[in-house]
Amino acid sequence: MLTLTLILLPIIAGLLTLSTKGENAKVIALVAALVELALGAYTFFAFVPDATSQFGVSYNWIASAGIKFSVGIDGISLILVSLTTLVVPFIILSTFQNNYEKASIFYSLILFMQAGLVGVFTAKDAFLFYFFFEATLIPIYFIAAIWGGENRIKVTFKFFVYTIFGSLFMLLALVYLYIKTPTHSSEITALYETARLLDASQQGFIFWAFFIAFAIKMPLFPFHTWQPDTYVEAPTAGTMLLSGIMLKMGTYGLIRLLLPIAPLGVKAWGTVAVVLAIVGIVYGSIIAIQQKDMKRLIAYSSFAHVGLMAAGIFSSNLDGIQGSLIQMLAHGINVVGLFFIVEIIQQRTKSRELSSLGGITQTTPQLTVFFIIIMLGSVALPLTNGFVGEFLLLKGVFEYNAWMGAVAGLTIILGAVYMLRLVQKSMFGTTTSLTEGFEDLGLTERATLLPIAVLVIVLGIAPNIILKASEPAVSQLLSIINK
Amino acid sequence: MNAIIALSLFGITNLFLGFLNNRKILLPATLLFVLIAFGLNLADWNHEYYWFHNMLKTNNLSINFTSIILVATALVVAISRGFGNDEEHTHPAEYYGILLFSVVGAIMMVTFQSLFMLFVGIEILSVAMYVLTGSDKRNLRSNEAALKYFLMGSFATGIMLFGIALVYGATGSFDINGIGNMVNQAKLQDIMLNPYGPILYGGIILIFVGLLFKISAAPFHFWTPDVYDGAPSIFTAFMSTVVKTAGVAATYRLLSISFPAVYGLWGNPLVYITCLTLFIGNITAVYQQSFKRMLAYSSISHAGYLLITVLAKTPTTNSSILFYSLAYSIATISAFAVLMVVSEAQSKSGKPDESFTALNGLATNNPFLAFVLTVSMLSLAGIPLTAGFFGKFFIFADAFSNVSSLFKTIAVVAILMSTVGIYYYFKPIIAAYLKKGDLEKIELSPIYKLTLIITTALTILLGIAPDLVKNIF
Repeated sequence: MLTLTLILLPIIAGLLTLSTKGENAKVIALVAALVELALGAYTFFAFVPDATSQFGVSYNWIASAGIKFSVGIDGISLILVSLTTLVVPFIILSTFQNNYEKASIFYSLILFMQAGLVGVFTAKDAFLFYFFFEATLIPIYFIAAIWGGENRIKVTFKFFVYTIFGSLFMLLALVYLYIKTPTHSSEITALYETARLLDASQQGFIFWAFFIAFAIKMPLFPFHTWQPDTYVEAPTAGTMLLSGIMLKMGTYGLIRLLLPIAPLGVKAWGTVAVVLAIVGIVYGSIIAIQQKDMKRLIAYSSFAHVGLMAAGIFSSNLDGIQGSLIQMLAHGINVVGLFFIVEIIQQRTKSRELSSLGGITQTTPQLTVFFIIIMLGSVALPLTNGFVGEFLLLKGVFEYNAWMGAVAGLTIILGAVYMLRLVQKSMFGTTTSLTEGFEDLGLTERATLLPIAVLVIVLGIAPNIILKASEPAVSQLLSIINK
Repeated sequence: MNAIIALSLFGITNLFLGFLNNRKILLPATLLFVLIAFGLNLADWNHEYYWFHNMLKTNNLSINFTSIILVATALVVAISRGFGNDEEHTHPAEYYGILLFSVVGAIMMVTFQSLFMLFVGIEILSVAMYVLTGSDKRNLRSNEAALKYFLMGSFATGIMLFGIALVYGATGSFDINGIGNMVNQAKLQDIMLNPYGPILYGGIILIFVGLLFKISAAPFHFWTPDVYDGAPSIFTAFMSTVVKTAGVAATYRLLSISFPAVYGLWGNPLVYITCLTLFIGNITAVYQQSFKRMLAYSSISHAGYLLITVLAKTPTTNSSILFYSLAYSIATISAFAVLMVVSEAQSKSGKPDESFTALNGLATNNPFLAFVLTVSMLSLAGIPLTAGFFGKFFIFADAFSNVSSLFKTIAVVAILMSTVGIYYYFKPIIAAYLKKGDLEKIELSPIYKLTLIITTALTILLGIAPDLVKNIF
């Protein structure tokens, strides 16, 4: 029942927001997001760390086809539900400085989006998963297309068509599996069972169908061409939703569907996937180093990070998957913080170009501290949240193949290069005409960045809070995979 | 089956209502007639009846098809707005009358038991449509469309009639079940040894071609864009929903009852025809500048999706075709309804502007119309939360239920083409929400608005709970 509330609350709040006018919209949205956060926190602490699915409900949805509205939270879902409920209030808070046209629609779309995301992460029925997976696309499309930058129409359209193209392949694979189930059931666990009956070539087909869908969503090399443009053109709140939460739908899908359904496919093609992921890490990092636009730089860094998560997942061992889960959480928090700082800088200077910035730190001790903490989290310095994830991920990839692990390890060096460059070029050095008289943080800005910075450090010091919660579920998943 | 008789009488009544010199009464009267027919149609539910000396047969499947046809007709009538009040439309009563007559033809196409009735039904439907297509008589394109439709349509019916004659010659029967039995027996013998074999097979292929022409499957689709584009929008809406549904239903009825034994004969070509239809319909739609013409190509592509499940012939094919037809019809009528009012508001030198640019900035002053348009486009594109998604879903499920590995290929083609579909279905949405335009607020009559609310609500409702109608089908 709790899960259902987590899904319904943002929908109801979204409808409420839609019916209000002007300033009230953002307040209602924030309150709703905070209530959702409280519920999310309650869920997190009430969760009993074992492999079962909890707080669930199940209704017949399309009885004639054996499709159920079945949701629940297990250890893996828990991490992502926590991420979603945690990040959305920050996203809403980060927009408090802006006055959007048609604000009520804007905030209601964010809340609808949140409902869809929670739905994806908690669905226990494959078609329900697909349903939410696609449904999230509609709000984010409109958020990016209506409130985005100059090229938004073309860019967001590419994004939309590209991702739908991928998910249609997933639909194909799901329908294929569903027809093969003896009782025409689409419960994800039933699909696990059915997949055992398929031979290697059939599983290969399913592997690629899922892979294309999730690889586009994350995105993995070479399916990433939609990503940098969309991140840059979308309004910052949209970019945060995309990079902070939405790309995790892809990695979550790999863990939830691809690995357990097509283990033979992973055996046959997993190496290709890991290689693609690692190519993405190196390629994304190198391009990030070259970037002049702050938002684009973070977009490529996000692309590199997600490559490492995918590599860890495809190595299909405990460390790899656990690492990817905690990294999803950490990356979600960090990237929202980073994009928010970019937004702050852009609002004050009207520029995101690294070459025209610099010297901001002279007038902004607070911003500097927060920026550096979040940057260090992103670089994966020990005692920050990024470290735990990257360490486990690299360990996982090493276990899979030492050479690949070595190449993937470049991410630590390259990541430090582009992130330090980002901070140095924008914050340090001499002031330019644009950065002169740069004001330090206001109240809502501080209220957003402080918790993020705290989380960066707390999760770095005590990652076990997270790891303990997800470990039983991941072990069970691995036993299904290796059966 | 009383619906047929009633509708014929109502059609004549409509012609007489024209003498009343009161245009306002026509629309509600016609709507009432259609609703009465709908009730009469449902009266036969759960019974199997033969009518008129075994010429027609009603069962639940045919009643469902008839219901969809009547619902679509009612919606089209509701957005007809009395066919305008200008000089060119001095005879609205006749249009309503002809519309009802054509529905009689459509119902015969979905209930026929004898091939005679199939032919007569197609002719009644088609002749009425030829007239309506050309009803915008001072418009050159409308005239061209009518002539083109008439010439090609009568040629196609001629081919079909020839096919029916050949099948009769080989089997000695017009009854579809009788033909089915004979075909079963004929199949047991070697085609070369059976003197009637070549005649029978030739006949089947010719009938098949005639029917594919009616549902505008490629490569028999060439008339579609010009005719759909040239006809007045309201009749295009009628053609692309009622006529299409009736055509698919007739094709399915004939193939599944009379010719399942010779599946290889029509199944193999149909695989290519399906893929070709999907390909041509979707790819060509991408290049259209006119919203109306895009909808014409989209109707070709939807014929392709429907053929997939006809081809798969699984136990669920019935309900899949029904659901898809319903979802498609509702969304298409919504789209045409928006197109009609917008194109008239944007008309240049008296001619309605039917290009995508006419929709620019629709959302600014007409948020309701923009929303209706968005939902209908999302449904046609098959995006979740709309009925169109489940339509496609059931069809893919059918495709995979068939053991033949060929269906995997077809499904992949269909998926790729769905992606292409998203591209062109989003053009109107982008125009409406993201482009700048100077469209004033458009006033809608209450019944028009109500119709749009019904179609939109139904599209979303069926997208969330498809079981509401799926259980009936």
